[in-house]
Amino acid sequence: MTDSSPVGERPQLAPPVDDSGALGWMRRNLFSSWLNGITTVVLIAAIGWILSGFLEWAVFTANFTASVGSECRDQGACWALIREKYRYIFFGSFPYEQHWRPLFAVIAMLAMLVLSADRRMWNWRLLVIWGVGSFVTFLLMFGQIHIPLSLFLFVALVVGGVGMSLRKAVADAGEMNAYRVLAAIGFVGLALRIAGILPAWSLDIAPLSYVETSLWGGIPVTMILATYGLAFAFPYGILLALGRRSNLPLIKGLCVGFIELIRGVPLISLLIMASVMLPLFLPSGTTIDKFLRAQVAVILFAGAYIAEVIRGGLQSLPKGQFEAADAMGLNYPQKTLLIVLPQAIRVVIPPLINTFIGFFKDTSLVLIIGIFDFLNTANQALVDPNWAGFPAEVYLFAAFIYFIFCYSMSRYSKYLEVELNKGTRR
Amino acid sequence: MAAKAVRDLSKNASLIELKSVNKWFGQFHVLSDINLDVKEGEKIVICGPSGSGKSTLIRCINRLEEHQAGDIIVDGVTLSNDVKNIEAIRREVGMVFQSFNLFPHLTILDNLTLAPIWVKKMPKKEAEEVAMALLKRVRIPEQALKYPGQLSGGQQQRVAIARALCMRPKIMLFDEPTSALDPEMVKEVLDVMIELAGEGMTMLCVTHEMGFASGR
Repeated sequence: MTDSSPVGERPQLAPPVDDSGALGWMRRNLFSSWLNGITTVVLIAAIGWILSGFLEWAVFTANFTASVGSECRDQGACWALIREKYRYIFFGSFPYEQHWRPLFAVIAMLAMLVLSADRRMWNWRLLVIWGVGSFVTFLLMFGQIHIPLSLFLFVALVVGGVGMSLRKAVADAGEMNAYRVLAAIGFVGLALRIAGILPAWSLDIAPLSYVETSLWGGIPVTMILATYGLAFAFPYGILLALGRRSNLPLIKGLCVGFIELIRGVPLISLLIMASVMLPLFLPSGTTIDKFLRAQVAVILFAGAYIAEVIRGGLQSLPKGQFEAADAMGLNYPQKTLLIVLPQAIRVVIPPLINTFIGFFKDTSLVLIIGIFDFLNTANQALVDPNWAGFPAEVYLFAAFIYFIFCYSMSRYSKYLEVELNKGTRR
Repeated sequence: MAAKAVRDLSKNASLIELKSVNKWFGQFHVLSDINLDVKEGEKIVICGPSGSGKSTLIRCINRLEEHQAGDIIVDGVTLSNDVKNIEAIRREVGMVFQSFNLFPHLTILDNLTLAPIWVKKMPKKEAEEVAMALLKRVRIPEQALKYPGQLSGGQQQRVAIARALCMRPKIMLFDEPTSALDPEMVKEVLDVMIELAGEGMTMLCVTHEMGFASGR
């Protein structure tokens, strides 16, 4: 402060040298006073004591090789149980000699998720990735897939319709005609099918033996419930959030009512409704697969929570953004897709991934209605009388697997935040 | 060709007409019986104390606010609840806001090309050429690939002007365009506006810059 020359003319000085190595850091943060030093030593001793006890149990006296539970008595952790049971824990009651199928289904889903995590894929490629990934996954799990003609017609109608409305601005005449033809084929075909003129054709792909959903179990079940639950709940939650902010009282009322109703009941009660009560209302003879019913319950439930998270993001946008988009002449879909949602979702990535992680773990509640997700198969592994009495090992193992999934999501959330805010902050 | 001829003939025709426009905010009568006639090429500066309804008036012209009585006719189209009319008017009217309102998640270039591509259905390449030409005019072509958050206030407001011009509007509305700027940045924005006025753009401007208002 002794330099009295004007600010702009003062010499540029280098910043002070950072002289703190590891030792310097420890002295400053861990041993800055007698009391701090004692606290540090006591805490290190306590951590060491707990850790050594755990390692003693989990590694040094653990039994990795026993062939029956009684050989593990009076020793450390009985990891031999996991060695013996891991295939059941991972794949449940899926026919044993066919376990490669759920294995490759899991790999297909992981590949699908990893690919769609990359921002460069967020365009038409995403549809291809999910189309191919889902087809491979369910073909492996079911073994046989019958795709009804009406599904193709429906997809044609949707693709044509969405293309016509969303690409109107940028597509050339040829592309627009393609959409019109697709929509027309879909519409006419579906109408004929509903009128009963077209028979119920279906495309049968049956390279493997059929395995019904009641035999599915373990990791593939947890992953399917979470992946497709959230993949459908996300766009659905966005629609609910937009609906809740609508100016039309009917749409707004429906969305508010739905969100409050679903949020107001526990997921378990919704699952029980789906598995026990729904069949009572259906006309006799019709059955909907229990797995599908659980999946739909998860989607409905997750959608309501995601809607509220997204709504938070929508409300954080300054009014000026809406006004600027309006003043430019953008219509509602353009404004929403190009201006509002990209910004709103960016803001809510942390709570959104938080919701995703919560739901990944909440899928374990399906054990209530007898679906064998990963936690349930781990539970069932304990039932074997030959291996009775080692719950800690199994639950630790299950917790470890859940942690890998959830921690990956958490890291991805961090990456997304940095990636999406690149350049947009000063 | 015909359209051009008509416009030349109607040089003295009104581009914006307000006929006894009234608007209330709750009980507060903010616009009372406003009559205004803006001819093509005219520049109008709207002054007045805070809260007197200056911004509300020009925001009514592109329907960011709804007037409750009277008629607003922009380029021959009468403003009503008809979305088609509102969109038609918004295509002809560019607006510059006090707080810039650039889209922070898009680059400067994308901010400029968005409306031409989606509203005017201009091919992307052409839209980018138009955008670059306009960025040169507001003297910041080198910022095209940056994001709004990386620019100074004055630069952001110049981008906002270029963004509005991208739609080739017949009318430009300025809602206190320099009020949110640091004093040393006001001039660079005013220079752009003066240049624009000199080129014959029809302009409505709410401002406190009396120098700008009286000088031109």
